[in-house]
Amino acid sequence: MPSYVNPEKCDGCKALDKTACQYICPNDLMVLDKEKMKAFNRDVAMCWECYNCVKICPTQAIEIRGYADFVPMGAQVTPLRSTDSIMWTVKFRNGMLKRFKFPIRTTAEGSAVPDGGFESKGDINSPALFTEPASTGMAEVFTLNK
Amino acid sequence: MANFENVTVETDLLILGGGMSACGAAVEAAYWAKKNGLKVTLVDKAAMDRSGAVAMGLSAINQYVGLKDGANSVKDYVDYVRNDLMGVTREDLVANIARHVDSTVHLFEKWGLPIWKDEKGAYVHEGRWQLMINGESYKVIVAEAAKNALLQSGVGQIFERVFIVGPIMDGDRIAGAVGFSVRENKFYTFKAKAVLAAMGGAVHVFKPRSAGEGLGRAWYPPWNSGSSAYFTLKAGAEMTCQEVRFIPVRFKDAYGPVGAWFLLFKSRATNAMGGEYMVERKAELENWGPYGRVKPIPANLRNYLGMLDCTEGKGPLFMRTEEAIQKIAEQYKDDEKAYKKKMKELESEAWEDFLDMTISQAVLWAASNVQPEEKSSEIAAAEPYFIGSHSGASGAWVSGPADLQTAGTKNDYFWGYENMSTVKGLFCAGDASGASSHKFSSGSHAEGRIAAKAAVKFILENNTMPKVDQATVDAMKAEILKPMDTFEAFKNATTDSEINPNYIKPKMFMFRLQKIMDEYAGGVTSNFTVNKAQLERALELLAFLKEDSEKLAASNLHELMRCWENVQRMWQAEAHVRTMLFREETRWPGYYFRADKPKIDEQNWLCFANCKYDPKSGNWEMIKRPIHRIF
Repeated sequence: MPSYVNPEKCDGCKALDKTACQYICPNDLMVLDKEKMKAFNRDVAMCWECYNCVKICPTQAIEIRGYADFVPMGAQVTPLRSTDSIMWTVKFRNGMLKRFKFPIRTTAEGSAVPDGGFESKGDINSPALFTEPASTGMAEVFTLNK
Repeated sequence: MANFENVTVETDLLILGGGMSACGAAVEAAYWAKKNGLKVTLVDKAAMDRSGAVAMGLSAINQYVGLKDGANSVKDYVDYVRNDLMGVTREDLVANIARHVDSTVHLFEKWGLPIWKDEKGAYVHEGRWQLMINGESYKVIVAEAAKNALLQSGVGQIFERVFIVGPIMDGDRIAGAVGFSVRENKFYTFKAKAVLAAMGGAVHVFKPRSAGEGLGRAWYPPWNSGSSAYFTLKAGAEMTCQEVRFIPVRFKDAYGPVGAWFLLFKSRATNAMGGEYMVERKAELENWGPYGRVKPIPANLRNYLGMLDCTEGKGPLFMRTEEAIQKIAEQYKDDEKAYKKKMKELESEAWEDFLDMTISQAVLWAASNVQPEEKSSEIAAAEPYFIGSHSGASGAWVSGPADLQTAGTKNDYFWGYENMSTVKGLFCAGDASGASSHKFSSGSHAEGRIAAKAAVKFILENNTMPKVDQATVDAMKAEILKPMDTFEAFKNATTDSEINPNYIKPKMFMFRLQKIMDEYAGGVTSNFTVNKAQLERALELLAFLKEDSEKLAASNLHELMRCWENVQRMWQAEAHVRTMLFREETRWPGYYFRADKPKIDEQNWLCFANCKYDPKSGNWEMIKRPIHRIF
């Protein structure tokens, strides 16, 4: 069952049109059981354990249990993702705990400016792409026949 | 027929896919479309924030040339790629990506991707071409720029959760694409003046080593189903390097990355006896032409040396993590405080490498009580993948740029627009374009940009909407929805909907394909070895499978997508088998070994082995194309 849902924490995203996990799963695996109003992973053998459902769940109801056909039981790897960093708690089978924190972005969420502040030459016939040559850091784009 | 609402969308440029290449295409296309009053539509089968191969994140950017610092030249990168692919590379395509990729990386940094810096502010390299990043949100950031570009400029429209099945044509020109929503009963027809295919490579064509839950723990993501290969083949595009699969050697079972261990931590890999196959089997490299003598040693030859150890019973192979970490920390042994600090730093770097991109490997380490500074971990060759952006090369045969041709290349490699396939108006990038390996995430983004700019230029110079024959679209709709009709018609014939003599469900169809490929086309259980008779047997069995694909059944939209994903995989499989059969030599022994032609044959086969499917006649044509150097 790679990703699984704790029924006590899952609130079906309060009956909104789709759950957060359903929205994000790259493999279309998370679905909402509309009778129970709980999400579940419909095909665990196609789960990549990408953790995107775990990271996005607003109630932290989703966890990962390592693939049963090769992972010994008892470990847990749990993320806590904020707007600029992610904290990981790694629980070993033998009970040991490790914690790591890494940055995830240097800008505010949503703020990516497509041209990154680089100017464009705007010639459809030149080899220079949008933002080039400025974004290459060179005076001009490399070419063979000069 | 199942009751699906028809939705028709007309646009100028249609971008198919939502991964790195498609995001690059979106950012680039938005600028040129705005300037020229054009519309751009992007269609993703998932949610762009976390779609494609970088959905989980990455711990490194694998292509950065460093042109501005004079670290390397475009030619250096071309030499590296050509050698790694045993001479079979389109230098014009690789050079084109190499000259633009730094620009893409600089944009990533501006958008907010944290790239490691040293105390002088320079990028921290994992290897000569690789940069270390804090890449948990790599895809989120790149998708954000793409979405902002399309939506804020007002030129673009994005459809998520729409699965594209196949192309629609106007004679020899692409006219758009058809598909369906995986959320509601809607059938989509996209009509466009140019189409850019960027729908990724293919996973699960071969049987994976893990066959239970771990089936999903493919090295490349399981949602990459060969959509690009299917789309371009069905449009009648010439394909290249369909035999050049990639087999990654990774930490066993969970497939954690080895790049940081080999390149950054300088770890050794040893066998069960403590022997180092890269040293003990050095003489074997002499058998593989000039490519065995280059540095770095080509990925497939490194694979091959390790595979020889395993075949001889010298496995398992181990990544000597404990030795590597101790060696680095030893430099601080006289200063206890500095030593402790360094060990802590190395431990954190080692774990981040997995947590950023293959969290399952961290789960496996924790579940096996592995601390890398204390204990080695097993590595192994995974199963074959189709991934033209990494160390494989499969994809469509596309035109190179005008200004990177020579008198000797232009007749064979140039036909008007960069990254346009042999089908008018159909552009390809990332895993969809072939013979331009080692573009990875950053180069795929750069190639998406290259293709999008060229596609806009094509539209400006061919500014008419192709004609779409409604009767053809209606027929495609009936064909695409047929698995739902089949299920409805027969579901009550048995007491268990999974077993029914009238139809086959997509999962068993996939297993049937995987068994054929595994046993007859050089999968894991046949030790990546093939011969003519086996490949011909594979084609026989694939023909039965193709007939039975008419009887696929889907009980819901999710299964309908699975049905078509597996049809796409089947087409990728056929192109692969036909091309391995065509190339009568062994050129990439660590990817596949043709036992009946066990040697490299530079005289006859230092060339591209291309193939082409004719949608009208249903015939396949196999074509040799010459390899030219541009430098």
